[in-house]
Amino acid sequence: MDNNGTLKITYREAIKQAIREAMKKDEKVFLMGEDVGRYGGAFAVSKGLLQEFGPERIMDVPLSESGFVGAGIGAALNGMRPIVEVMTVNFSLLAMDQIVNNAATLLHMSGGQLNVPVVIRMGCGIGRQLAAQHSHSWEPLYAHIPGLKVLSAGTHEDARGMLLTALQDPDPVIIFEYTFLLNKEAELPANAGAVDITKAKVLRKGKDISIITYGAGVYKALDAAADLNSIGIDAEVIDLRVLRPLDETTIFNSVKKTHRALLVEEAWSSVNVSSEASARIMENIFYELDAPVQRLGGVEVPIPYPKHLENASIPQPADIITKVKKMLQHD
Amino acid sequence: MTEQDIKQTIFQLLKKIAPDTEPEKLKPDDDIRRTLEIDSFDALQFVVALDAHFGIETPEADYGKIATLRQLISYIMKQKK
Amino acid sequence: MIEFQMPSLGADMEAGTLAEWLVKPGDLVKRGDVIAVVDTQKGLIDIEVFDEGIIHELLIKEKEKVPVGTVMALIASDKEPVVKQEEKMPAKITEEKKPVEKLPVTEMRHGIKVSPLAKRIAVEKGIDLNLIKGTGEGDAITKEDVERAIVENIAPKEERKIDSTESIRMAVAAAMSKSNREIPHYYLETKVDMSKALVWLSEANKQRSVKQRLLPVVLLLKAVAKALTEVPELNGYWENGLQQKDDINIGFVVSLRSGGVMIPAIHHADKKSIDELMASLNDIIPRTRAMKLRSSELSESTITVTNLGEGNVETVYGIIYPPQVAIIGFGSIVEQPWAETGMLDVRPVLNITLSADHRATDGATGSRFLMTVKNYLDKPAEL
Repeated sequence: MDNNGTLKITYREAIKQAIREAMKKDEKVFLMGEDVGRYGGAFAVSKGLLQEFGPERIMDVPLSESGFVGAGIGAALNGMRPIVEVMTVNFSLLAMDQIVNNAATLLHMSGGQLNVPVVIRMGCGIGRQLAAQHSHSWEPLYAHIPGLKVLSAGTHEDARGMLLTALQDPDPVIIFEYTFLLNKEAELPANAGAVDITKAKVLRKGKDISIITYGAGVYKALDAAADLNSIGIDAEVIDLRVLRPLDETTIFNSVKKTHRALLVEEAWSSVNVSSEASARIMENIFYELDAPVQRLGGVEVPIPYPKHLENASIPQPADIITKVKKMLQHD
Repeated sequence: MTEQDIKQTIFQLLKKIAPDTEPEKLKPDDDIRRTLEIDSFDALQFVVALDAHFGIETPEADYGKIATLRQLISYIMKQKK
Repeated sequence: MIEFQMPSLGADMEAGTLAEWLVKPGDLVKRGDVIAVVDTQKGLIDIEVFDEGIIHELLIKEKEKVPVGTVMALIASDKEPVVKQEEKMPAKITEEKKPVEKLPVTEMRHGIKVSPLAKRIAVEKGIDLNLIKGTGEGDAITKEDVERAIVENIAPKEERKIDSTESIRMAVAAAMSKSNREIPHYYLETKVDMSKALVWLSEANKQRSVKQRLLPVVLLLKAVAKALTEVPELNGYWENGLQQKDDINIGFVVSLRSGGVMIPAIHHADKKSIDELMASLNDIIPRTRAMKLRSSELSESTITVTNLGEGNVETVYGIIYPPQVAIIGFGSIVEQPWAETGMLDVRPVLNITLSADHRATDGATGSRFLMTVKNYLDKPAEL
């Protein structure tokens, strides 16, 4: 810790601290997932937690996503507060039925009698050369489903804080974590903790254009905005954070000010979160727009293995800069 | 390059910088800048153009030696030798 | 109903020939709009209207000669803005009820590209989008374009009538009149011994190729930019109170050879080095003279500098360009007697003036600013 009361920690450590704090606060909280115990987590997020909390609360599960996500939902129905870790979002397809047909619908099907306070964490994102089957941005798939709350931890602050608030929620919450950020360090206040999970956040104020993004796009957009500033373009950067339900107010307030919006995300462009945000801007504040809303999304191909092709398949800071310059200066 | 050629080139360059003037009407001893109302910025552009066109280098200290058409032509002739 | 009459343009005028109407029935006109061109012995004269309302009927045809005092048009003083009809699509207007020639002039040309925001503002302010050239992507009309049109007071009139020299004259006239009417100026002046600055400059220029050579004005701009970081109260707008601006964008007055001035902005002047400032001038002055400025350069200045340059008078007192709150005037550098430490000498002297908005700042602030500029020019190496 330095004099300002801030702490430099990795994204991985931020998640671990969140889990540890949640487990200490509430004995109903436990972690379950593939290799979370003895191995310390596929990405070493839960390393050491087994020794600290014991096998009843740090629970290794068989390689059956449908089975253990279902078990987590069952535990939640019975009053526990499980944190279910799905190693990567790719494997969550095997648990789709549990998530969509049980977690998201039981409150409705039971006439309000059964709520499912499960929190499901998924590692996701592109950029670690894991090729087409293990590099995914499926936030839009989950953001599509009523009954779920979908969070995206694009910053260290949210990696540290979202889980704690999500565990207070009476209904199922999905948290997307970004594996390529795990080793990235950032300054956090030493007393960092629970954060709001209802609102998007303006991470950088600006007046010329609103760059609206989430997850893997957040740090990229901030980098791009810093470069744009040096050529006289003052971009506002918004981290959506909550992909379902979308915080329209923050988006609209920003675009009402800048009159231009660029939506950035790594998910494939067709039918993604940007599509939704763009439509809502158009439906609600059309007469505030001074240029067409633009989107930068993933190229619609299976994500390639070679590094240069992988980089080319998702928006990079340089792409954001080019797009913004085109929108504002037309060159 | 004859004196006449140099003069024509000067006129062309002046026309480019101050399109609405008539440099042809300059008398040999008229102060070019004052007569054509050329400000310091355009004057600098004119020197840049002269240097580029004639392949010479005019130091700032020589600006006083090129105030009139007569001075300017003889300056360029001398520099080019 | 207000009567618009053939005006008398001098005691010797008895009649005039209407050359052209610049409005149509249904157009909204306001005080000062030019609505007709009349041919007189003194040539073609633009005729302004002195009332606000909607053109109800044009009584005189073009090419008709009528005596002074003849009623040429009727104007309805209805304050209800006619421009609301703009929202109606042409298809909904039935032929019988609304003959084509009575369509409001704000009816848009088909296929005109305009952003939703720009269109909304244009409708609110009664601006005719047909007359605006878009600078947005694909030449779409943007908010900036409409706002510029509002500032330049483009009244609904025919495109071919807009002559750039004349419209610039009108824009300067409108801005300066507004300034003089609304802004309580105060004026401060000081003299600076420029010998050190000029020596520094001539040394600096020896090391530069002719293309990179610096003019004294860049030192002045740099000194102003640096001084503004120390006295930021002069950098901003007066809009319901002083709105100080973070960016220091210096509007630099460029006089056009055909008359009139334009004030392009040098963005982030405080963040630019002397050479970068010179490069900005090299870029912006020729483009200004060729009328090829970008909209941001015309609308984002936060303060203005007017520099007379060599061979001109010694002092200039500027008129503030609204909504800014200050203008700095640099005269021509001339040799003058200069008293210092009891000795009399001859030095190159520059008169600097500040005209500032007394609503926004007081003389003490202005004085602090000028003294800061002066101190910088005394130590050119620190610039």
